[in-house]
Amino acid sequence: MKQTSDSFLDNASAALADRGRAQRRDLLAAFTPLVRDAAMDNFGRFSELRDHVRQVRQHTLEHLDHYLAQFEREAMTNGSRVHFARDGDEMNSLVLDICQEHRAQRIAKGKSMVTEETGLNDYLKRAGLEVLETDLGEYIIQQAGETPSHIVGPALHKSAAEIRELFRRKHDLGDRELAEVVDMVGEARQVLREHFLKAEVGIIGANALVAEAGYSMLVTNEGNGDLCANLPRVLIVCTTLDRVLPRLEDATAMLRLLVRSATGQPQTCYTSFYSGPRREQDSDGPLETHFILLDNRRSDILASDYREMLQCIRCGACLNHCPIYASVGGHAYGWVYPGPMGSILTPLLTSLEQSAALPNACTSCGRCAEVCPAGIPLPDLLRDLRHEESERKLTPVRWRWGLKLHAWLARQPRLYHALTALGIGGLHLLGRRRGRFARLPLAAGWTSQRDFPAPSGKTFMQQYGALQRQAAAASRGKRSTRRPDPRRPGQHRKAGAGSRSGAHPGGPRGRKPRRRPERER
Amino acid sequence: MSNPPTDQSSQPAPLRVALFVTCLADLFRPSVAFASLKLLEQAGCVVDVPRQQTCCGQPAYNSGDYATSVPLAKQLIAQFEAADYVVAPSGSCVGMICHHYPQMLEGSWRERAERLAAKTFELTTFLHDIARLQRGDRPPVQLPTVTYHDSCAGLRELGIKQQPRALLRELCDTEVAELQQTEVCCGFGGTFCAKMPEISGKMVGDKLANAVATEARILAGGDLGCLLNIAGRASRAGVDIEVRHVAELLCGDLDDAAIGRPEPR
Repeated sequence: MKQTSDSFLDNASAALADRGRAQRRDLLAAFTPLVRDAAMDNFGRFSELRDHVRQVRQHTLEHLDHYLAQFEREAMTNGSRVHFARDGDEMNSLVLDICQEHRAQRIAKGKSMVTEETGLNDYLKRAGLEVLETDLGEYIIQQAGETPSHIVGPALHKSAAEIRELFRRKHDLGDRELAEVVDMVGEARQVLREHFLKAEVGIIGANALVAEAGYSMLVTNEGNGDLCANLPRVLIVCTTLDRVLPRLEDATAMLRLLVRSATGQPQTCYTSFYSGPRREQDSDGPLETHFILLDNRRSDILASDYREMLQCIRCGACLNHCPIYASVGGHAYGWVYPGPMGSILTPLLTSLEQSAALPNACTSCGRCAEVCPAGIPLPDLLRDLRHEESERKLTPVRWRWGLKLHAWLARQPRLYHALTALGIGGLHLLGRRRGRFARLPLAAGWTSQRDFPAPSGKTFMQQYGALQRQAAAASRGKRSTRRPDPRRPGQHRKAGAGSRSGAHPGGPRGRKPRRRPERER
Repeated sequence: MSNPPTDQSSQPAPLRVALFVTCLADLFRPSVAFASLKLLEQAGCVVDVPRQQTCCGQPAYNSGDYATSVPLAKQLIAQFEAADYVVAPSGSCVGMICHHYPQMLEGSWRERAERLAAKTFELTTFLHDIARLQRGDRPPVQLPTVTYHDSCAGLRELGIKQQPRALLRELCDTEVAELQQTEVCCGFGGTFCAKMPEISGKMVGDKLANAVATEARILAGGDLGCLLNIAGRASRAGVDIEVRHVAELLCGDLDDAAIGRPEPR
């Protein structure tokens, strides 16, 4: 998949300009958190189970070699074959080899973000195979020649009218109108049924791999995964090595959070475990089952400070709750995974240089971490990526030096207070008549979208210093024992007039400025 | 600290508080700092304002320049650690001190950061939960209808939600007219608003539209970053809603022009 993450800002700009899509995103952004929150409230044990799931995921990642070996052993005992692919090309060629070995022409494919990551469909198509996506959303975007805008609902960006128009163009509809949504679903089902019956190979993803059983687990609402898995002669499960979980009960524990987090359902219509090829006594099922476990830099992530990202269970809750995702949609992120999880995964799976804008597409609002069922500290990881950008000088020079200059100044309190008093005094004088600035040098980003409120007067430190000095003088003059209150309401506005010495060191109590502490190390 | 102020002659010892003004209040909105002082004193606290204070280091830290933010964190710790309590009229600055200082420092500095974090509070939390500020026999502050923006750091890092509402009820007889999507970010995000202005503009536009839909006269909040953002958008859009820090409302200090409004002549 061609990556356009480096033009995130332009992508975002174009997305914001598309009013129809923007309205649709607004509706989804209002709706999807509601259904998730209602499901969790109803469930009632979110944080308890989240802690459990996080611990299970962390434990598994700590012992990943052990559980992968166990999964491989058990799957082979079940008669499945297990392959490990170092990168996308390796996964794609493994898949093609299997297809060619079986002289397959037609592939029925279930939804899989991993194969989006490796660009499998294009690869197989180039080799002359016919690949049909069978998840309704994936089918729609495949017909439209688009990529997923959401990891759970790949076609959420398209309206019913757009899909109707798409089917009119792509299908031979005769005089059928597809007036209702149910007609469109029926239309897609008709096309897909034919394909299911003809396909020689089925390819699906996995929500989890169960080490103790050698099974994979998949949840769908359409049942297409089961048809891909059971009708064709050969089943290939394309997934990544971080999907493995120790026990079946770990998979079901994860399920309780996964589905509620994703769609707000207590469970999906279909929850399937794929145990391997057809046994003698079985009446159906594939003759061969392959599990391909992709690494593609995940073992690098495992060894890095971003390991927690591998706890992700791909529910999409962070997308649904992210105000930036809601504003610009998934395509703006320019690669496979959008939203907060994508802004972390994309730099890690591709490169930070190609996706330097993504970790900055975050206000640190924390809503993603609040709802993440795997307990991933997403805002912290995003900030750590910004740290890496800063270290590797990928941040624009004016930002880097601007922040350093500000911090340097803030470490010289006297100078800081003197200079801010001057600057704020100037801004106040210039802006007080209107109370705001429509344009301001060095603040073009801010003022392109909103006015810059003018400071309301002298700095607090100036005013407060002047009041303290007045109070001290008054108490000396009157030799009064009563300590005057310099902060009586209304008094402070007049205070500080004529005083420019807000940076006067030391308070009325003779505080000495503290020396900056020595660095420890 | 579990004793609410009473009328008995044996008054509990006053709480000694160091006020961290925050750089935005210092520079753009001194009335917030004065209102904080007044409220703390009304709650029976003895307030000190360390004069050397500047900035908590959030801009560099959130931008990922950890090395630059560490000396600022150490400076603030050294300036404030002698106090019994530290209070600031900002959820994000207090979130920085309470959550991020202990994460970013090591060794004895981490211990000092943790000790400081344990006694540092956001203003409305401190007034409501610790100092138990009550109206007493003062008449309630009269306010027009108020809606409230929950700033993200305060809401999610510190759990500030009911405290400002309870204080508005107690001191001002005011029930907040809640805005739709009140827990969604306003698009400020520190440097985010300047780095990604279009997206930020869309977000603050939504926030403002939700605020306007409440028909409230005032939008209040506990973080000046968000409030400057929303006020700037309101004046740009010609929307007639006053944006103010909750501290100003709680002490009835509405003489100053609202944020981004011209001074009264």
